[in-house]
Amino acid sequence: MRPVTGMAALVMLPEVSMAFDVERIREDFPVLRQQVHGRPLVYLDNAATSQKPKLVVETMEQYYLTENSNVHRGIHLLSEQATEAFEGARGKVARFLNARDAREIIFVRGATEGINLVAHSFARPLLSVGDEILISEMEHHSNIVPWQMVCEETGAVLRVAPINDDGELRLDEYARLLGPRTRLVSMTHVSNALGTINPVQQVIKLAHERGVPVLIDGAQAAPHLPVDVRALDCDFYVCSGHKLFGPTGIGIVFGKAHHLEAMPPYQGGGDMILSVTFEKTIYNEAPIKFEAGTPHIAGAIGLGSAIDYVGSIGLDRIAAYEGELLAYATDAISAIPGLRIIGTAKEKASILSFVLDDVHAHDIGTILDQEGIAIRTGHHCAQPVLKRFGVPATARASLAFYNTRDEIDALVKAIHKVTEMFG
Amino acid sequence: MSDLRELYQEVILDHNKRPRNFQKLEGANRVADGYNPLCGDQIRVYLFVEDHVIKDIAFHGSGCAISKASASMMTAIVKGKTTAEAEGLFETFHKMVTADLSAAPDPLVVGKLAAFAGVREFPVRVKCATLPWHTLHAALEGKEQIASTE
Repeated sequence: MRPVTGMAALVMLPEVSMAFDVERIREDFPVLRQQVHGRPLVYLDNAATSQKPKLVVETMEQYYLTENSNVHRGIHLLSEQATEAFEGARGKVARFLNARDAREIIFVRGATEGINLVAHSFARPLLSVGDEILISEMEHHSNIVPWQMVCEETGAVLRVAPINDDGELRLDEYARLLGPRTRLVSMTHVSNALGTINPVQQVIKLAHERGVPVLIDGAQAAPHLPVDVRALDCDFYVCSGHKLFGPTGIGIVFGKAHHLEAMPPYQGGGDMILSVTFEKTIYNEAPIKFEAGTPHIAGAIGLGSAIDYVGSIGLDRIAAYEGELLAYATDAISAIPGLRIIGTAKEKASILSFVLDDVHAHDIGTILDQEGIAIRTGHHCAQPVLKRFGVPATARASLAFYNTRDEIDALVKAIHKVTEMFG
Repeated sequence: MSDLRELYQEVILDHNKRPRNFQKLEGANRVADGYNPLCGDQIRVYLFVEDHVIKDIAFHGSGCAISKASASMMTAIVKGKTTAEAEGLFETFHKMVTADLSAAPDPLVVGKLAAFAGVREFPVRVKCATLPWHTLHAALEGKEQIASTE
């Protein structure tokens, strides 16, 4: 039952909250109904990975129990069904991102592999000594290291667009860094460490005005915001299934058809070929050209279900609810003496990174865990951006649409316990 | 909360707040860096060793309460000990925090370090407690590379 405080919130904010029955939604996530160290689990580590609704788990179970077969090659019924389900999932992803065609969707292991695929098959052939790749200061390591590797191989140079003290991209500096040698821009849509929502529309427009293609890392955006790759006009968009309420080990690359057609394969093997002789191999067409070997069939089907599930709630409603919850949480934790929020952009998704005076993030994490509250502590695979803010680590609470105000209250109470212990 | 008090004992909180030997050591003849990539804890241990005796020791860096207190208490206990005695303490300490109960720590040997026995209930924090000791070990061995808990 919703406690009285929650009722008060309903009265105050009727438009979103009344339409958004979070208690009903929580029933779809069995993992949330458990105790941790004798306390009800408060799961606030959604930017690391999200929880899975029953629908996703049941769909995958059903696939393995009744349909399991390999795709794209069998003459038998089960293989046909598996292929239909797998390709059906590709279609769901295409509609989810508003891609023009399902053939613009490549299945990979996750956003990391997606960026590596673009680095290997798109960027590397374009690059020569002195060419430039432009990223931002707030990138996750997965959007830094693949570019460093490709730069090392080709003699290209990595350029970094700076951010301001609120954790917002400095668009003027970004525009200045777009130069005659820039071959690709690769930027995150939403920062995993700060929560900043980047002005990707402008980022893409400025790059395109100079003829520079753009990859957007949507790992943290797709679970929280409606994404329309056609409206954005991005050249590539990557995301991870497991952050999107789907299984681990499956991710997505959207690439504009003309890029995918021109790109060489990513890995060699079965499925990605039309014919093989020892003298010559003819590659399959995109997207299969990029999917060597048996893919994560169950993962793709599970991701399709996750997209169905998210669609049944609606990303507009999710974004509105989370925006409300983020505002509530920001106000509540800002009031804690000695607490500083890292990442105060005007446009933010539901990520709260913070530090406490004289208390290391790890100690915060351990104490919160004893209270049943799961958060992430450390550098969040984004060491350069933490260095920018002069902190070795932060504590990060990241929210999803199944989190509640009561959980935020529990977080605040637990942080007070931390300050008491270290006071 | 009782479990937490096992971990964050008063003596640990005290050493975290007022770390001993927390400075750069002029005239050190052995120095090593320690780094825990998981949480970003960084420590530098300075030694002045003469005739196999740790005549002076200090540390510097940033880290959580467990690693800072562990470093502070380590420097206090090994100062004046022989290098062999310090290595022996590392071994005893390591067994104590990794729940090797076959080797129950002798209170006479470990002294205040016994406060860290509670760490064994928090497996993810064991590396925080052992990082300073790994770094001390690296300094004693005169290794060039950065000591790591990995």
